[in-house]
Amino acid sequence: MIQMEELTKIYQMGDNEVRALNGASFTIEKGEIVAIMGPSGSGKSTVMSIIGCLDVPSGGRYMLAGMAVENMDDSQLAEIRGRKIGFVFQQFNLLARTSALENVMLPLTYAGISGRERQARALKALERVGLSDRTHHAPNELSGGQQQRVAIARAIVNEPAILLADEPTGALDSRTGVEIMDLFQSLHRENGQTVIVVTHDSYVARHTDRIIKLSDGMVVSDEPNPDPIRAGAPRPAEKL
Amino acid sequence: MLFSENFRVALRALRANKMRSMLTILGIVIGVATVVSLLAIGEGATADITSQIQSGGSNLLVVSPGKQQKGARFTGQSHQLSYLYYVDYQMLERGLTGNISAVVPIYQSSYTVKFGDDSFNAATVGVLEDYQDVRSFEIAEGRFITDGDNDSQALVAVLGKTVAEELFGVLSPLGKTLSINGVKFQVVGVLEAKGASFGSPDDSILIPLETGYNKLFGETAIFNGKKVVNNIFVSVETTETMDTVSAQIEFMIRRSHSLEPSDELDFYVQSQSDTLETLNSVTQTLTIFLGAIAGISLLVGGIGIMNIMLVSVTERTKEIGLRKAVGATKNQILTQFLIETVTLSLLGGVLGILLGVLMAAVFTVTGLITSVITADSVLMAFSFALMIGIFFGIYPAFRAAELHPMEALRYE
Repeated sequence: MIQMEELTKIYQMGDNEVRALNGASFTIEKGEIVAIMGPSGSGKSTVMSIIGCLDVPSGGRYMLAGMAVENMDDSQLAEIRGRKIGFVFQQFNLLARTSALENVMLPLTYAGISGRERQARALKALERVGLSDRTHHAPNELSGGQQQRVAIARAIVNEPAILLADEPTGALDSRTGVEIMDLFQSLHRENGQTVIVVTHDSYVARHTDRIIKLSDGMVVSDEPNPDPIRAGAPRPAEKL
Repeated sequence: MLFSENFRVALRALRANKMRSMLTILGIVIGVATVVSLLAIGEGATADITSQIQSGGSNLLVVSPGKQQKGARFTGQSHQLSYLYYVDYQMLERGLTGNISAVVPIYQSSYTVKFGDDSFNAATVGVLEDYQDVRSFEIAEGRFITDGDNDSQALVAVLGKTVAEELFGVLSPLGKTLSINGVKFQVVGVLEAKGASFGSPDDSILIPLETGYNKLFGETAIFNGKKVVNNIFVSVETTETMDTVSAQIEFMIRRSHSLEPSDELDFYVQSQSDTLETLNSVTQTLTIFLGAIAGISLLVGGIGIMNIMLVSVTERTKEIGLRKAVGATKNQILTQFLIETVTLSLLGGVLGILLGVLMAAVFTVTGLITSVITADSVLMAFSFALMIGIFFGIYPAFRAAELHPMEALRYE
């Protein structure tokens, strides 16, 4: 599904070159649930934006579902973002003054899906995240957890190849965060959805089957997590 | 993404900042309202002048001395070096053929007019009896100058409405004696008001032409031993013969002035339609000038819209990033913001047209200026607003479209 080979990304900051990625390589198969971890400055945000086709690498190869992404132009990238990737952000990024239903319909609008089908699919997605009774509420009438569910509905409405979540529990209290992780796990378990969670929080990462750790723009460890935390289980005490 | 959806998104965005949207379009509203009302006033003035000139008789030819100069015909008695003479009139009177109903010469000069302690300057015009028909003057009270008055060089005067009111107020001037440049005249009639327009007699005093030559005008009305006239009016019964009559006049006066065929004319013949054309070109120039001023305010309004849209793009950076993340292309973002700007300016255009129509109506109702709204001017103002929207919307929309999706999402 995803093949990264020797990815580099160099940002030009004034006269200085910043190497955000320095030859990172990994592969993620269809149907996996994976966490990408690392402290700030490790390059995990850059990896996320490249996986999500929000940015292109400076060097290396990125194959997404058999397509080479690194050479694509803006409108091709936009199409891939719309059809293959479902984004979930820390701050939800819902459109204000716009109902949950219309927020979920947004990707379908850009994908050129007709009005009637759009609404049916958006309602189905909202049902999947358990918000059938909140379809006409605007974001400011919903709790943080509900807003993130709307955002997840928006992310899955196009039936994307990859669900890409960037610190999805970062703006939520721990109990709500667990509910969101539970939702990811069930999407993975029941629908075979590929899920990638980018986080700095090892507790969140341990809800996945595999953890890729980044540091200084390189993959420093890539190990399966044989015993993932089932969401809802009590949180163990942090080791100091 | 369909146009109607873009339009709905645009309306929602504009509603989100109602106050700001209103203030933003104010410039366009004022600009469009100015354009519409100024064009309406220009149109009204043209219609006014046209109807007034046509009420003066449409089969009228006016002979004037001097060279014909476009646009400078209504400066009154210019210091021309050429003259028309009473003998020219006599020749036309005898020689013109082709359904001529009247030929009338006039001589006019400005004099101090006194009644009791009141005195002021008024144009005193020497005329003949036919002048009334030629100019379609209506009598308010009394009578007009007659051929009898002229033959007997009677000291009688007919007053324009304004003159009568200035000198006599509400009293009837009939039978009263006033003095023109020290010569006593008896008032025998008052004319109906014709309004402040070209050739209006309201500010004039009419006297018999012969009386004028012999008792009032003196040496100034004589040149080379011949009596001078200011204009000769030739009234033709049917419009079809106007051109041939006009040619006859030119031929006859040319001979009377002993002009060689190669010489330029030292007089000119004008029909009402010529006059209309000139006046219309003047009002048109004026309208275009006023319209251009209004156009500047539209331009300023457009810059205001661009400014606010740039602010809006910055404020909504995150939204733009999100839209790009869920699949919006550059073109779709460009279209969205462009439609938003166009919606703003069109809204301003519609409100401006309403305000402009209202202003024009107020002008007309209060009797300040007659104004006429034409579909053309409304259409023009509307398309102007549309063009402003597109022109000033392109840059902010382009800025939005060019935002990098990742940086836009990260923007705080």
